[in-house]
Amino acid sequence: MIAADQPVQRPRTARLLHIDEHGRMRHAPRSSLVELLQPGDLVIANDAATLPASLHGRHSRTKQTIEVRLAGKPSLATRDVQLFTAIVFGAGDHHMRTEDRPLPPAFNTGDALQLGELSARIEQTFDHPRLISLRFEATADELWRGLAAHGKPIQYAHLSEPLAMWDVWTAIASEPVAYEAPSAGFAIDWQMLSAFEQRGIHFATLTHAAGISSTGDAELDRRLPFDEPYRVPVATEQAIAAALCAGRRIVAIGTTVVRALEDSAAVYGSVAVGEGMAKLRLGAQTRLRVVDAILSGTHEPGTSHYDLLHAFADKAVLRRADAALNAAGYRTHEFGDSVLIERASSRYSCATRPPAGAGVFPEMQGLVARATPRILRGFSPPASAHVVQESDRLPPA
Amino acid sequence: MQTQRHLNGVRVAITGGTSGLGLALVNELRKRGADVAFVARTEARVAVVASEAAAHGIVGDVSNKNDIHRIALQATGMLGGVDVLVNNASDLGPIPLVPLGDTQCEEFERVLATNVLGPFRLTRALLGSLAASAREGRGSLVVNVSSDAAVSAYPQWGAYGASKAALAHMTRIWNEELSAQGVRFVAIDPGDMDTPMHAAALPDSDPATLKSPATAAHELAETICDLLPARAALRYAS
Repeated sequence: MIAADQPVQRPRTARLLHIDEHGRMRHAPRSSLVELLQPGDLVIANDAATLPASLHGRHSRTKQTIEVRLAGKPSLATRDVQLFTAIVFGAGDHHMRTEDRPLPPAFNTGDALQLGELSARIEQTFDHPRLISLRFEATADELWRGLAAHGKPIQYAHLSEPLAMWDVWTAIASEPVAYEAPSAGFAIDWQMLSAFEQRGIHFATLTHAAGISSTGDAELDRRLPFDEPYRVPVATEQAIAAALCAGRRIVAIGTTVVRALEDSAAVYGSVAVGEGMAKLRLGAQTRLRVVDAILSGTHEPGTSHYDLLHAFADKAVLRRADAALNAAGYRTHEFGDSVLIERASSRYSCATRPPAGAGVFPEMQGLVARATPRILRGFSPPASAHVVQESDRLPPA
Repeated sequence: MQTQRHLNGVRVAITGGTSGLGLALVNELRKRGADVAFVARTEARVAVVASEAAAHGIVGDVSNKNDIHRIALQATGMLGGVDVLVNNASDLGPIPLVPLGDTQCEEFERVLATNVLGPFRLTRALLGSLAASAREGRGSLVVNVSSDAAVSAYPQWGAYGASKAALAHMTRIWNEELSAQGVRFVAIDPGDMDTPMHAAALPDSDPATLKSPATAAHELAETICDLLPARAALRYAS
């Protein structure tokens, strides 16, 4: 695929490969997404705004130049706003491929970092020279001021012009908790939300602190995604419960939404209101409980985003999709084209498959036989099956 | 004594928060329990007001395109979201006031940048937060501070009047487009107040005949209470 090298969220030429539940594929303009969805669908997007999470500065003890990329946080709660997990590079900037970036100096716990006006200390070092947790020595307001003044959006070499914050905030960007843009949401604009409403498509959001997508180091990349906190609002819990009861489809905009919803369902039995920590690694072995379709960017094989797509479609289908994307010259990376993948029919168990024809006589569902809540039927308390999926390799920051 | 309606936990961002109506509004809303972040250009003034009102101070210039997302980042970060945005910061134009024929193009552009483009850009940057608040049932409101100069053709108020008319009309269009998403927009004329801006425009007027900014802020806070969804348990608690 070709790298999308311009930071345009909704180019008129954006394309979409639609893969239906039988593995059939067709090309469409991404602007026709609304028509590819069905009345009654519940679309859920990640409304996290993106932090200017790249901070250039200096390691005080060695005076060496570094770039700190904030990458994660133990919680969305404001009580521990100063503590972050971070990836650190030596000298250089985004023009250099992350694979080619030098290592930072060897860090000790307690080392001081000067990042613009912000001072931070290394809270903990881990088993990889690029991975640390750090604590800013600032009040919450000072930290926001410092990030606004000094931080830049995290950026990779395929985009040469420096990104501005408006490049990486989706139209629905709300609370700034993501480290990289939840870029599947670039497809959404206000016109589309109106069109959803007119077509009877429901829309809800959650807030998921999307982490970094690449560290430039194969060993670290294998640990991605790190554990990511998320929050589900009351209205979203209710909309999901209603959709599940009625057998309506749930469409996730982006991998972060899938991760949050499936994590919540795995922990609580159904998607529950409030904050959680997405730890699951989703892939071919995952039996999805909630999400029926995903709108995603076009991901390269070998990334965790690509692995996640295997929860929706079998390897053979995704291989055919790759071939189709390559043959048709689709563009990749965060400003690239999209895929819409409906969960393969073989990936529904009888208990979790939406009842055929559900919604045709919605009034009958209350009277004759209550629609079966999909989740509760399929739920078993977190057991070994989930434990092996947990990405507990990153020690809690 | 009338019951003061509270705005406990309502997250409000106000531009132009260190003088005149904006400052009075910061104090009024803090008094009612709102969590307030305000924007102004002068760092020292921002620090003083932030400390006196126990509000979150943001240094920035709404007329500067490059400041908008920095302001939005700080407001949403410090407050954890935004339920109410008050676009209050205004530029009067040339002082003393002059006819349009004597208004420099650059002065007019500056007025439009502060009074029209600034509110447009900041609203757009905060729209995700505002719509999220609406979806969560918190209510969501944008108050654009207007003027009778937006309606009446006062000689010598050309740049300001035209900018406020544009702002008022933009407010109505925003409201048409986003009321379905639960975000409401109102333009409010607070009346002639005893503020530094009014003194600059009409230095000879008698302050005694003018409304105090505190009174206008009280009225505006009442309007905000009216337009947010009823949360009696929260807002009448004292």
